[in-house]
Order: sequence, then C-alpha cells, then structure tokens
Amino acid sequence: MNVSATLFNLFAGIFAVLALASAVGALLKRRAAPDAPSAAIDNLNARLKAWWVMIALIALAIWAGDWGVILLFGFISFQSLREFVSLTHTRRGDHRALIWSFYVFLPLQYILIATHWYGLFTILIPVYAFLLLPISASLGSDTTRFLERAAKVQWGLMICVYCISHVPALLTLDIEGHAGANALLIVFLVLTVQSSDVFQYVWGKLLGRHKLAPVISPSKTLEGLVGGVASATLVGAALWWITPFTPLQAGLIALVINTMGFFGGFVLSAIKRDRNVKDWGNMIEGHGGMLDRVDSISFSAPIFFHIVRYWWG
Amino acid sequence: MAFERLVGSALCGLAKFITGARAVWHGCAPEARQRVYFANHRSHADFVLIWASLPPRLRRRTRPVAGADYWLTGRLRSYMAQQVFRGVLIDRTAARDDVDPIGMMSAALAGGDSLILFPEGTRNLGDGLLPFKSGLYHLACANPGVELVPVWIENLGRVMPKGSFIPVPVLCSLTFGHPITVRPDEAKNDFLQRARSDLLALAPAED
Repeated sequence: MNVSATLFNLFAGIFAVLALASAVGALLKRRAAPDAPSAAIDNLNARLKAWWVMIALIALAIWAGDWGVILLFGFISFQSLREFVSLTHTRRGDHRALIWSFYVFLPLQYILIATHWYGLFTILIPVYAFLLLPISASLGSDTTRFLERAAKVQWGLMICVYCISHVPALLTLDIEGHAGANALLIVFLVLTVQSSDVFQYVWGKLLGRHKLAPVISPSKTLEGLVGGVASATLVGAALWWITPFTPLQAGLIALVINTMGFFGGFVLSAIKRDRNVKDWGNMIEGHGGMLDRVDSISFSAPIFFHIVRYWWG
Repeated sequence: MAFERLVGSALCGLAKFITGARAVWHGCAPEARQRVYFANHRSHADFVLIWASLPPRLRRRTRPVAGADYWLTGRLRSYMAQQVFRGVLIDRTAARDDVDPIGMMSAALAGGDSLILFPEGTRNLGDGLLPFKSGLYHLACANPGVELVPVWIENLGRVMPKGSFIPVPVLCSLTFGHPITVRPDEAKNDFLQRARSDLLALAPAED
C-alpha cells in the first residue's frame, strides 16, 4: 500500500464531504429568510468553518511528519489543560504544581513519545506526576481541601495530557505488514470518533426525542447516541482498508472507541455542569473550547492504543 | 472607518487568543440595549477584553471611558484610543472645573452608544475591589433609562499569584451580572455600596 497516495485520497475525500456540507449549509442559510438569522443554521455553518481549519491542521501535521503530529497534539494538550485548570478552583499553594504540570510534565510526555520510550511515557503521569505533584503542593503549606486540589491537578494532567498523548503514541507502534503507515491509524481513530460526534449531533437534531440525561447534557438524546455510534461504527468498518484490521475487526474496534468517546463527552459534561458552564472555552467558533472538541478523543485514544498494541503490536 | 474596524477585530482576536477570554452571560444576555458596563480594573487591557467579549454588532456601539492622561500620550496610543476604540477620554489630572466627565459620558450615551467604565477610578494592583468613585452614581442619575451591568474580570490573581515569578497560562473569564439602576430616593453611598457588592458577588469564591 502506498501510504502517501492513500493519505492524499483520504483527505481529498474528507475535503469533498466538507465542501458538500458547506454547500448545503450555505443553501440553508440562503433559503432561511436572510433578515431573520437562525441560530441553529449559523451554528452549523460556524462548526463547518471550524472543521475546515481543524482538518487542514491535521493534514498539515501528518504531511510534516512525526514531529508535526507530536507538536499538534502537544498544543492540543496545552490548550485543553489551560481550559481545564481555568475552570477548576486551585489555590495559591497549587501554583508550583501547576508550573510543573505545564512546563515539565506536558513537554516531557511528548518528548518521551518522540523518542519512542514506551516504558516511561506510560508511567510518567500515572506514577511520577501522581507522587511528585502532591509533594510540591504540600510544600505550599496549605491544607485546605488538600486531597480535592491534588486530585484536580492530577485529573487535568491525565485527561488533557496523558490520554490525548496516546494519539501520537500510535506512531511508536511496530505493526507487522503496516510499517510506515501508523499515521493512518491516527486518521482512523480521529475520523471515526469525530464522525461519531458529528453523527450524534445530526441524528439528535433530526430525530432526537428522548433526553438521555438532561441533568448532565440537555442536548444528548437516545436517538442521537444510537444513531451516532451506529453510523460512526459503519464509518470505522468502511475504513478497514487503511488499517491492519479486517472489516469486522475495524467495525468492532470502532464500536468500542465510539462508545468510549461518547462517555468521554458525557463525563466532561458532568464537570462542566458542576462548574455551571456550557463550554470549556471559546477557542473554536461554534464548537466551544478545545476540550469540547477532544473530550471523546481523550477517552478513546488510550483504549485504542492498547487494543492495537496488544493484538497487533 | 473600515480599516479601523479591521484593526479592532484583529486586536480582539489577538486578545482572545492570548488570554482565551471567555464571556459568561450570567445575569443578562448580549442584547442591543443601551448599557453602562462597569468592571473591576487590573490592567490596561481590561476594556479590550470586555470589548472583545461583546458580539461585533454591540462592540461597534460600545465606547470605553479611559484616562486621557494615559491614552493621549504617544501617536499610536492616541490613534488606538480615539479611532479604533472610540474612547471617551477624560483627563484625570486637569483641575475640577476644566473637565466635565459626567457631561462627556452623558453626551456619548445621548449619541446612542453604550459605555465601559471602571468605577474604581484607577488600576487596582492588589486583591479584591477598591471603593467606587461617585461618577457611576451621577452618570446613572443623569441617564435613568440606561442599565448598569456589572462585569467581573477574573484572571491575574491566578496567572501569577503574589510572590511567584513564573506565570501559569490560565485563561481569563468575564462574568456579566444582573443589570441595576438607581432606585428612587436611593442615597449616593447606598447605591455605590450596592453596585460594588453586586460586582464583588460575581467574583469566584476565594477558596
């Protein structure tokens, strides 16, 4: 398989779908009375515009090579951690732990991935950060809600750095008969999980009747969940040819990561509700913050990584 | 005019990108009503953040009230203050009789614009909120139809707490509270107290 030709065709296909969607969006906007703006259509068009940028960035990163992908996901981690820390209360005594998180553990995690040091990047945050950050926080001599604060910093690092970093970590796997094609695993993961988000949104808007858990997320419906995960599982199965999997295996793996992705969004919604906000930030027009866009990736990437590593690596 | 608008949008984009400023419309919606947004003041970029948080169509009709003694020094600065932000610039160093701040602000309101005002009167380099100057009260009395909206800008305290030298890149947030107006027969000090405590109530709990 010629990897660059495959990548080229894949992205050409994705951009074609986007162009079609944008044309439909523009048509909807024209058909709806031009002087009475519809929030739903404007939001749809804003989301589509953001997709152009996001997919172009991923294409560019993959084209640049391994370091491009690592830099891109390093930046995604950085922005997500910013959003996470900004919405969770920390105290002055946590300042040092936060400095360690942003300027030491985050870059180090990605450097370890760049150097393919599997033994250390899988334990850096769950073991070393887990033990060292509370030590640093305790030196701040502030015991108020100590356990809660230590847990928040650790959680932020796990979700935003450790989990997300498992996307570029796919580049470190040695898969027989798939050499040089690991970037395609990243495309498989991101495309499948993100399409699940899109299909959940579409099915929810078209057929959504039964709210799944209005307390946690008013927009999530049963119809959206089932339709979205099922559609995206078909997308995953249809992408089997870019992976080392058979169509059935690709479909099963897609089902697992789509389900994990759904619950990623669900869990992070629970945190947002508790903090009384709708979005993690406003970086991506129409979508909210970075963390709103990658919550599903965060929960599915480590599982995907270990499934591939265990059975194919 | 079109060029100034472009510069304005670019600055707002930049300010949002660096600080990640997030607007939380807690007590009111970003509606096209005439308002005076009053906020806590920690840095010269404060009003840019408020300005950037407003939807563009409101932004075009909202003018910051700023000190002429700072903003009219230097050509770039005065170009920004006058042409881009269309600031209502008040000389804080001039003698009392020479300037009429309330008159200048009221004139801007009479032109249909909204205002951004920092009632502490100066930047607060410490924690919390300084006592309010009386301008907010006089402005509200002179323009009874205009809503006063408290805006809490939350950032610096966590980016770099006192005594530390390395900033943590946390994001700023702006919380817009419930609009208030002067009640009939409300004394100046009572009103200023109420406005101040409404603004303080928007600050996240110190924990």
